[in-house]
Amino acid sequence: MNLEKWNHLLPGTRFVIGTPFAWLLIFFVAPFLILLRISVTDMGNGIDPFAPVVQTIEGAWHIVLKFQNYLSIFGQPDDSGVMRWGNTIYLEAYLTSVKYAFWTTVLCLIIGYPFAYFIARAQKSVQPALLMMVMLPFWTSFLLRVYAWKGILADQGVLNNFLLWLGVIQSPIQMLYTDVSMLLGMTYVYCPFMILPLYATLVKMDFRLLEAAYDLGASPWSAFWLITVPLSKAGIIAGSMLVFIPCVGEFVIPSLLGGAENIMIGRVVWDEMFSSNNWPRAAALAIVMILFILVPMAIYNHYSAERNAAKRD
Amino acid sequence: MQTASRFLQRHFGHFWLALVYLFLYIPLFFLIVFSFNSTRQDGVFTGFSLRWYEALFNDSRLVEGFFLSLKVAVITGTVSTILGTLAAFVLVRYTKFRGRSLFTGLVSAPLVMPEVIIGLSLLLLMVAVQQAIGWPERGITTIVIGHALLGMAYAAVVIEARLREMDRSLEEAAMDLGCRPSQVFFLVTLPNIVPSLISAWMLTFTLSFDDVVISEFLSGPGVTTLPQVIFGYARRGVNPSIYAAATILIVTVSSGIILYSIYMARRQTRREREIKAATRTESTMDAV
Repeated sequence: MNLEKWNHLLPGTRFVIGTPFAWLLIFFVAPFLILLRISVTDMGNGIDPFAPVVQTIEGAWHIVLKFQNYLSIFGQPDDSGVMRWGNTIYLEAYLTSVKYAFWTTVLCLIIGYPFAYFIARAQKSVQPALLMMVMLPFWTSFLLRVYAWKGILADQGVLNNFLLWLGVIQSPIQMLYTDVSMLLGMTYVYCPFMILPLYATLVKMDFRLLEAAYDLGASPWSAFWLITVPLSKAGIIAGSMLVFIPCVGEFVIPSLLGGAENIMIGRVVWDEMFSSNNWPRAAALAIVMILFILVPMAIYNHYSAERNAAKRD
Repeated sequence: MQTASRFLQRHFGHFWLALVYLFLYIPLFFLIVFSFNSTRQDGVFTGFSLRWYEALFNDSRLVEGFFLSLKVAVITGTVSTILGTLAAFVLVRYTKFRGRSLFTGLVSAPLVMPEVIIGLSLLLLMVAVQQAIGWPERGITTIVIGHALLGMAYAAVVIEARLREMDRSLEEAAMDLGCRPSQVFFLVTLPNIVPSLISAWMLTFTLSFDDVVISEFLSGPGVTTLPQVIFGYARRGVNPSIYAAATILIVTVSSGIILYSIYMARRQTRREREIKAATRTESTMDAV
């Protein structure tokens, strides 16, 4: 009997498909539509947090869409009322976020690639243990591990004291609330997200290909670039996207380890929502944030779909 | 030349592995060591004491937050695993229905959506629904919904992988022997995917127990999860009670994981031995 057809004969088919589908439509799609809707309204009159889209003006119904929330992200009028594009705090926050996300991805790749490679080349019997050791910190609280870095990097913290004791530095240097602490914290947290997909592709690689390349006279370096890297492309892309995307919206790490000048967009959305109570602008900022990560998301989906298809064959 | 480069490569490998593991574990060592510090100082270990553990258990906000988080995480783990099982089942077994490509995209979308956006958009939905029908109050319900939205995506990925590996001939055999569809599911399919259900539950439990951002958006007055309390303290400065809490968590989680993997490894070797024994009996029978 054909299992496919049989599955559809189940009385519960509607329930099995309907439950998760309805859940996703209600709690993922609908909120997104509401976000979109609120992003094109005015700020409310103090009672409601935002103005309705359908308003009655002089007895007639009008659909009122306001795009000034979006405009104010990309520019602001100067004293004479002429729109000046660029240079808003919002744009700066987006650029800061993308910048940190980019450098974090690069650092994770530099640290994670050799690491994943050496695990994949280790003896088969020790590989599960090595991987478990990567996952173990991941299972303990992310927040607490970030908090620990605060204590390590502080002016009077462990690292400064250690360096003073070594005599490398004469007085404590500021590490906390700088670019260094931000990148360190983000690289630390997101490194496993890079390592695991890289390992997954590298472990499937046939390392005899490298031996063949050596036998044919390739140097280890050119064999690496011509064979290992192209064969692990899927892992590199998946890992990079899994690091880059959440980093853009990161909220906790900048709050704990970042300085006053490292304002990232997640933080700005939060402040607009809860400090300024400007819901429409918070919504518009979130929508633009999605636009910033849309391309990496599409790349990720494309590659994971390809990988799944390969798995099925 | 070849052997020299390989020698170098091997030792560079060990060195690199050690260095990255050190990097990954430094914060954990720091938390454990300084939870026993006798003073509030962060940089120097001034002496052994248990005062921060005492302070931790006397801090009612942390204790209450812990029990709230536990409750939220247990509900989230269960809801996510159930929804994730259904979603994985649909992904693997129902290849043709209207909206399938939309469904496939939606299931994994929360995985790559920044938490700030999930939190904000869900908050806006909750406010709209609350205005319309007077429910839900922001609190445990809304937090669980937020966590389970993310949790379902993770659970679906874990369970889907297991479902794809599963041998379908077992189900066909059960059907041929006259099982009803529901019997096939509960007697054959479910027992086969139990390990992935356990992993999915633990993963989503942890996810929920650890989450700050979604909780910050969706919690209401008087409802503060443990990570929220810790986040509040952390922004203000050093508080070694948090180190004590972290140490307890690290010890619990790592011993749990180590015990679980020893158990799994033992089961694996026992199975292999049984398979070997079974094939040996077969071959001796053939010989006879």
